[in-house]
Amino acid sequence: MKNYIKYLPVLAFGLIACEPEFDESIEDAEVYTAGEADFTNYVALGNSLTAGYADRALYIQGQENSYPNILAGQFALAGGGKFTQPLMADNLGGLTLNGTQIANNRLVLSSNAGQPVIPPLPLAGEPQTEVTNKLSGSFNNMGVPGAKSYHLLAPGYGSVAGVAVGQANPYFARFSSSETATVLGDALAQNPSFFSLWIGNNDILGYATSGGTGIDQTGNLDPSTYASNDITDPSVFASVYSQLIDGLTASASGGVVYNIPNITDIPFFTTVPNNALVLDAQTAANLTGFFQAVAGIFTQGLIQQGVPPAQAQALASQYAITFNEGPNRFIIDVPASQTNPLGFRQMQPEELLLITIDQSALAQGYGSVVLSPEVLQVLGLLQQGGTPSPQQAQLVLDAVSGIEDSDALDSQEIQKISAARTSYNASIQALAQANGLAFVDANLLLQDVAQGVSFPGGVITSDFVTGGGFSLDAVHLTPRGYALIANETLRAVNLTYGADLPEVKLGSYGTIYLSDNVN
Amino acid sequence: MKNFLISGLLLMLATTLAYAGGYRVGAQGQRALAMGHAGVGVVNSAETAFFNPSGLVYLEERLTISAGITGVFSDVKWQNTSTGQFAETQQDPGTPFYFHAAYKVNEWLSLGLSVSTPYGSSVEWEKNWPGSHLVNDIELAAIYIQPLVSVKLSEHFSIGGGPIFVTGNVNFNRNANRTLTDEEGNRSNITIDDSGVTNTGWSASFMFTPVEELRIGFNYRSEILLNSEGGEATFSDFPNSTLTPQNGTTAFTATLPMPAELTIGFAYEMNEKWLFAFDYQRVYWEVYNSLDIDFASPNIPTSVNPRNYKNASSYRFGAQYLATENLSLRAGYYFDESPVQAMYFAPETPRNDANGYTAGLSLQVSEKFAIDASFLYLRFKEIDASYDFYTENGQNVPFAGTYKSSAFLPGIGVTYKL
Repeated sequence: MKNYIKYLPVLAFGLIACEPEFDESIEDAEVYTAGEADFTNYVALGNSLTAGYADRALYIQGQENSYPNILAGQFALAGGGKFTQPLMADNLGGLTLNGTQIANNRLVLSSNAGQPVIPPLPLAGEPQTEVTNKLSGSFNNMGVPGAKSYHLLAPGYGSVAGVAVGQANPYFARFSSSETATVLGDALAQNPSFFSLWIGNNDILGYATSGGTGIDQTGNLDPSTYASNDITDPSVFASVYSQLIDGLTASASGGVVYNIPNITDIPFFTTVPNNALVLDAQTAANLTGFFQAVAGIFTQGLIQQGVPPAQAQALASQYAITFNEGPNRFIIDVPASQTNPLGFRQMQPEELLLITIDQSALAQGYGSVVLSPEVLQVLGLLQQGGTPSPQQAQLVLDAVSGIEDSDALDSQEIQKISAARTSYNASIQALAQANGLAFVDANLLLQDVAQGVSFPGGVITSDFVTGGGFSLDAVHLTPRGYALIANETLRAVNLTYGADLPEVKLGSYGTIYLSDNVN
Repeated sequence: MKNFLISGLLLMLATTLAYAGGYRVGAQGQRALAMGHAGVGVVNSAETAFFNPSGLVYLEERLTISAGITGVFSDVKWQNTSTGQFAETQQDPGTPFYFHAAYKVNEWLSLGLSVSTPYGSSVEWEKNWPGSHLVNDIELAAIYIQPLVSVKLSEHFSIGGGPIFVTGNVNFNRNANRTLTDEEGNRSNITIDDSGVTNTGWSASFMFTPVEELRIGFNYRSEILLNSEGGEATFSDFPNSTLTPQNGTTAFTATLPMPAELTIGFAYEMNEKWLFAFDYQRVYWEVYNSLDIDFASPNIPTSVNPRNYKNASSYRFGAQYLATENLSLRAGYYFDESPVQAMYFAPETPRNDANGYTAGLSLQVSEKFAIDASFLYLRFKEIDASYDFYTENGQNVPFAGTYKSSAFLPGIGVTYKL
């Protein structure tokens, strides 16, 4: 028997030799190549999109599905190294500063007896991420939610002390290397061998999501004077972007940059259509009659002030708005001017409403007319050919309830956003070309999503809640949306650097999250 | 020398059979396993009770017992070069066992008992691997208990058979779909579990011995459907939402078939030292058309999983060489055709055609007692395969990739003769 025992090691060796091996093994790095790129130390710079922000919060599951993390997983197949992220403490996503909550928990889709509840609500729970609990070490994902282009160069943007006084960013404060550190500085300190940069979205987005209440700072070259809802001057953007690229290309073998998508492809601005005023024939006729009354009252007022009747009629005719059965565009407030003294008009086809608009107010006449019994009385009087008193006339004019500036983007505001964005994108593309960087046309990609992108198992669209591309905050992407960005990036990297990296499966990435644990 | 050449040739022809297609596990006797799991024409020990009960009457001793256990060390690797994903099953050895006994009542009648585990499967992928919507892990085991009778009708012909009592267990876990998670990011998953599922079947066999050196055998085991009715389905890590199934348990029903199998073959005793055996086996897998899991809760739709297996054959070759009076050496080969058809390659039984190489020995320790050892190395070709019948939003979503498997089955047993 002893004689046989000595053969046991041989048997054990036989067992190991029996392990199956692929002819070309992915695990053993025999399939993919990095081309001229070096993925050993990939560092991602950007804003919330880079951080993996979704559902109005940054939380672990979102971070795990950030496009840089998805990319790093594919880079790892061709020499890519470890990819670290400044993970939040939980999947709630809220933030506290010295124990006081300063950011809400993430949004989830709740339900009632098998029916989804709109709008999405924040997930219940006490968030555990405390800004003052500084994370140690450096992180490959340097995406900072809320960052604008020039913030990446701003010393003190990650100052814990600065957060309380609104002069620093709580997300960067969690992992900045010092109170005076810059995002770019902390990125360069890691000696990136490859980088990604997607910045500039917030340089127009704050303005857009505020309904254009900020200032277009084009012409003002001092970003320290900008407020959060302002549009960044395109020259400032170009200069900042150039500095970022100069810094990053100094050490990296290569990188990839992204341009800025159009806001009209984001459900935040497309979910509530500007013609959601749906009327039956009777109500449409009543509204048309009402606005004829407005025009008439206004004409009379002008004539009384000595304006020649023809001129008065010409000016007042803009208020004789007609309504039809079916969808009609809303009435919007505009600054009163010589050509529009009453300061309202019907929305134009290209103008946008924000998803945050009060839907129940719209149902009550916000965006058209709030008809009180008193107003109806005056209208009756007019119909019988009577002459209303000045007070009564004013009552009619006041019944017009135009949509406020902060709930809409009018064509001028859209024009400002578009001009800045076009200029930013020209800078990004020019710098990408000049430096031989991979370029992702995120604008084109989100245009495609708005049309619908098919994959095995479904279609990604930009429809709110159901489309699968955008998370419940209607601005940031879902894991599936970020996977789409990652795939487009992989195509660009393969093309630019002669790498051979595979794309991920979109259907394996989730969309929105369900829970009835809501406040 | 000539004998060696012939045996070598046979070995080359015979490349393997023991771990068979689908969830059939061929390990019902170490002596047969060492000979390519061929045994329908072999009368050697109580193992005959499983391979061909009609042969029991030819055993010379009054009482013969064979018992053994085998470790199934299988390893399956999967990768998908279009996505860069890869995964591997965990080493979680299955342990098929057998106990066979034969009692000689008189010259023309023997009684027997066979307890074995011819069907079973144990596959454990990494939790939440890319195919986790099809399977995370599965464990199947069916124990066959067969009381047997063997009757010698003439010097050249015997018949045998009897009823089969089966008791089975199943435990199967997979994720609800490709993406659903609870609030903490844990993937929502479902486990179905049932044990003590019973049913009955039968077996029939004959053995024809035209000359002393040649035995021709035939054996048939009937199809047995294991109808799981008392099991429990556990829903775990679903979010708290009325839009998804609730966490907790519900009853389910499902049917898993143990297919009928027919074996014909022969054993040829060339001389006192050499024995050669060949079996042809047909397994009627066609019965496994779809795995349908019907949940008791009316809000949860039936899970329909098309399988569409086809009938499959295997070819088994084995040789035995009596080296000394107390030492028998065995070797064999079999080719095992997979019942899984293209587009139905589900990772819960990732089996393509296999080549099995076997070897083993018996050491006669005393007059009554022998130790039997065998091992089987199963080699599968690398295969590009897919399962195309998983659906999401009414669309088929294929799960594709390259599979490469192997299995190593060392086994040990004893033979006792009185």
